[in-house]
Amino acid sequence: MRLERRSHAPLSLVILAPLVAVIAALILAAGLIAAAGVNPLTAYAQMLVGALGSRLSIAEMLTRATPLIFTGLAAAIAFRARLWNIGGEGQFFVGALITAWIGHSLVAPAWIGIPLLMVAGMMAGAGLLAGPTFLRLRFGVDEVVTTLLLNFIVILFVGLMIEGPLRDPLAFGWPSSVPVDGNFRLPDLIPRTRLHIGLLFAVAAAGVVWVVMARTVFGIETRAAGLNANAAAFAGISLPKTIMGVALLSGALAGLAGSVEVMGVTAGVTTTMSPGFGYAGIVVAMLAALHPAGVVAAAVFVATVFVGADAMSRATGVPSFIADVIVALCLLTMLVALLFTTYQVRR
Amino acid sequence: MSEAIDLLLNTSLWAAMLRLATPLIFGVLGALLCERAGVLNLGIEGIMTMGAMSGWLAVYMGAPLLVGLLVAAFCGAVMGLMHAGLTVPLGLSQHVSGLGITLFASALAYYLYRLLVEVGDLPPTIEAFQPLDFPVFSDIPVLGPILFSQALPTYIALLAVAVMAYVLARTPLGLAIRMTGENPHAVEAQGLNPIRIRILAVVTGSALMAIGGAFLTTTAFNSFFPGMVQGRGWICIALVVFASWRPGKALLGALLFAFFDAYQLRLQTVIEGVPYQLFLMAPYVLSIVALILVARRAEVPAALMAPYRRGER
Amino acid sequence: MRNVLELHAITKRFGSLVANDDVTLTLGEGEILALLGENGAGKTTLMNILFGHYAADTGSVRVFGQELPPGVPRAAIDVGVGMVHQHFTLASNLTVLENVMLGSESLTRMRSARGDGRKKLLQIADLFGLPVDPEAKISTLSVGERQRVEILKALYRDARILVLDEPTAVLARPEAMRLFETLRDMTKDGLSLIFISHKLHEVMAASDRVAVLRGGKMVAERKTAQTSAEELAELMVGRNVERPKRQEHKIGAPVLAAKNIRVEAGGETRLDDVSFTVHSGEILGIVGVSGNGQATLGALLSGLARPASGQLTLGDKDVSQLGPRGLIRAGAGRVPEDRHAEGVVGELSIWENAVLERLGTAEFSGRGFVRQEAARAYAADLIDRFDIRGASPDARIRLLSGGNMQKLILGRVLANGPDFVLVNQPTRGLDEGAIAAVHAELLAAREQGAAILLISEELEEAVALSDRIQAIVNGRLSTPIASDAADPQRLGLMMAGVWDEGDNAA
Repeated sequence: MRLERRSHAPLSLVILAPLVAVIAALILAAGLIAAAGVNPLTAYAQMLVGALGSRLSIAEMLTRATPLIFTGLAAAIAFRARLWNIGGEGQFFVGALITAWIGHSLVAPAWIGIPLLMVAGMMAGAGLLAGPTFLRLRFGVDEVVTTLLLNFIVILFVGLMIEGPLRDPLAFGWPSSVPVDGNFRLPDLIPRTRLHIGLLFAVAAAGVVWVVMARTVFGIETRAAGLNANAAAFAGISLPKTIMGVALLSGALAGLAGSVEVMGVTAGVTTTMSPGFGYAGIVVAMLAALHPAGVVAAAVFVATVFVGADAMSRATGVPSFIADVIVALCLLTMLVALLFTTYQVRR
Repeated sequence: MSEAIDLLLNTSLWAAMLRLATPLIFGVLGALLCERAGVLNLGIEGIMTMGAMSGWLAVYMGAPLLVGLLVAAFCGAVMGLMHAGLTVPLGLSQHVSGLGITLFASALAYYLYRLLVEVGDLPPTIEAFQPLDFPVFSDIPVLGPILFSQALPTYIALLAVAVMAYVLARTPLGLAIRMTGENPHAVEAQGLNPIRIRILAVVTGSALMAIGGAFLTTTAFNSFFPGMVQGRGWICIALVVFASWRPGKALLGALLFAFFDAYQLRLQTVIEGVPYQLFLMAPYVLSIVALILVARRAEVPAALMAPYRRGER
Repeated sequence: MRNVLELHAITKRFGSLVANDDVTLTLGEGEILALLGENGAGKTTLMNILFGHYAADTGSVRVFGQELPPGVPRAAIDVGVGMVHQHFTLASNLTVLENVMLGSESLTRMRSARGDGRKKLLQIADLFGLPVDPEAKISTLSVGERQRVEILKALYRDARILVLDEPTAVLARPEAMRLFETLRDMTKDGLSLIFISHKLHEVMAASDRVAVLRGGKMVAERKTAQTSAEELAELMVGRNVERPKRQEHKIGAPVLAAKNIRVEAGGETRLDDVSFTVHSGEILGIVGVSGNGQATLGALLSGLARPASGQLTLGDKDVSQLGPRGLIRAGAGRVPEDRHAEGVVGELSIWENAVLERLGTAEFSGRGFVRQEAARAYAADLIDRFDIRGASPDARIRLLSGGNMQKLILGRVLANGPDFVLVNQPTRGLDEGAIAAVHAELLAAREQGAAILLISEELEEAVALSDRIQAIVNGRLSTPIASDAADPQRLGLMMAGVWDEGDNAA
């Protein structure tokens, strides 16, 4: 038995792959749910209800999906160019922190202030990824480890800031940063829920990324550089420029995730405000097979798992970590499923 | 300032260095073994978490401490087998698979811990490995408290360095592993199976990583809590590069690293007015600096991260 | 003569492709058998079956009368068959001894018997006249020495039958001749040899018997003494493919000139004091043994390497410091050495590959957006003009055959009427039909006044296409000679570094 390259991947297979991967992951996780003494079917049903059963839960799920779309796009763009940006979590936090910091004292009308704060968040995220990217291009330092380690450094830095200079004197219990000015809170999308117009920004970002990757010179050059760096260089594409461009875009999107989350949901920054949005973004990107449109769908799925698992956990006592297990399993099963879209088994 | 220097003269600093180095030694040896065979194992962070949880849990449920380490090694090996299965015969992206294993192993460890252990206000504890007391040797001034008053796993780690160095340099198996990391086609041409060799290396390496994780819950601490590995796995990945993929240098790297870690912990107590987070950042910053310093002259195994498929060049 | 090896009725299919179709092959004791065939004739598949890397669909393999289990890589080695691969299977960071000993000891042994291994290696090296330093790192050895290690690897495992895959591909002619002498001596010690080749002259010179594979079938077997190069050529290609001939015409003014160029990489001098001139309507051939600086010369003229000193002028412009895009804009076209590694991005479509070099130009983009219609039309035009078969603009380019892929790369270069064209190993790995097509395109471009620099390891090709020839040896260029004055002896000497400095046929 051996694997043989497909001449092309039929569209049905491309769509089927993530579905099969998700089902496989759910089946594997079912064993763990059963181990908790709960019927997996009941548990999954409760997850669905918990995430999609009411207007409120859907709004909550979409609120969760919003930053995931941004971080998913960030990972998808970078992975396309073989830039292993695992630092989405850190970029999210610097984006959030700078937004809260500037947004706290900025005096401006909302229509200037909000875009300004978004740009600030993007610049912070982009700047954070520019460092490791520079180290890779200039010294050949592997960016996987540097971006990962930066996540830890950034979280500690956030802790330092919100216990020190940016501490909110009015916050009780957990330390939190000062909040953004109420003027710069994103308007609700559905009244009396947490869902804000950041979701629209996220979907629009997916559209923009799609157009950039498919239609622009930069997009084709990025794909060429990711697929065959030597051929791209031979054709005169500057690899350092392309990769740095990708890094800035990827970091900016992850930073934007943090910025929008602060303006839309939390107002202030805490070290616990992200349940791993940066890491989950990698899963989202892979489930989407690195395609921008798929990122939106995959983010909604992952958010459904997270929000649904919380509700299911409250009802059945199955530890809510099951959500992380399912999401991680999806990444692994998707990796295998993708193999079968590019290869077929031959005897 | 003189206090900072006084710290250096305190034997407890140097004993702590050896203690803090122990999980790193296991982790870095494991990562090194995988990479020498040509497989990057980014599952390390999750595998160490899994080792920390499973080793602790076994002891919590009544197993002897050494059996706890074995249970951790076994669970690590299973995670390693998953990573090997995805990346070696299937040739999937080692980056993505490794991250997936880390996410999966950590999540599974937390899930099982919550499922199997009643957690009250404080996490439950076990009776951890205690420092050994060697007659005569432990009483030697300076050296005694540093070298001869460690817990058993620390000595196992040091032994593992020697065994790893010997196996890689002197045995036919070690040669086969090194050759697989350099050129799997050469291995196949000589009638050996590079795929099996890679799987073996990844599984064994992952077991070592898991023991490193178990050290945290059975020696350094006596309980398990989420997030306790704290990036030690990633630091090990950096240390492998720093050590140029050599076991001896890996030991040195782990010790150097642990020294700074032990020192910053003590500095926190004597230097005031500096936020503690800055001290905690030191290990991560140090890792990045170490990577930059060696980046250009690193002797990477030639076939690292290159998937091997029969008959494909 | 006793048969030591019998491949009987081997058939192997890959999907719809029949790589080996009922192939039967025998090897006698002490015999040198040449296995001749074009690229893609099925030679490599057959040997992969012998060595258990693939299992045949039908048929059997017998060595010394013993049938080998299919698909077990160790089986052939264990009964004494050794393979010397064309692409050496050596680990360059390890020593000669380590490379040789790998796999010879049980993996469960607690200690490698290095002392004994070294003794045995030196003994064999002495016996067969293949001297080596067991402790030398492979990376420090020359190509010829590496091949020696490959052969020793097989002999160390007590091989009685050796299979050599294109053994002279990387050797200079004198080295190749020495190799064949060594091999001939080995047969006197009872070894039996198969060598795989597509070079007729060495098959004629070095074998006892020739087996010809074509399209996966064994089409003929001849005693070497009873056949001729002409007959073998026809058997191998199976049809009469004429390569186009170069017509004499008037050579124009200088287009590309290199003056005293030195290129360094990794702290080493790769090109040293290199000077040449290519004129309009001229093909200048650069011949040489692989690894003598061709890659660096290719990189220099592609814009991927910059000279440390010296000057490169195109027309009247200094282009020494230009990158790929700058060179293209200045009127250069470049065909890389390795189609797959540098020529195309396999997973991108044909149209994307067709315009990849010129994406930024106004013809194919505006305000950062790609003009897809223009690009597709351009690709369709190339497909049409350069007779690229099995292609549509939106198909992924990796689906093209080697010849058609090369035609596309050549097409995207020639379509813009470049003043200067670099072609590096343009026909490597192609079959006769595709070779003829590529040659015809190059000669047509020459007719139209392009200045062409051809880097080739195929002497026949270089002599047939070039107006003048220079040899590259150790990063230095010989003085040029007119190709009419190029006979094998003289070229062989030039490629070995012997030339007359005063000679100037230009």
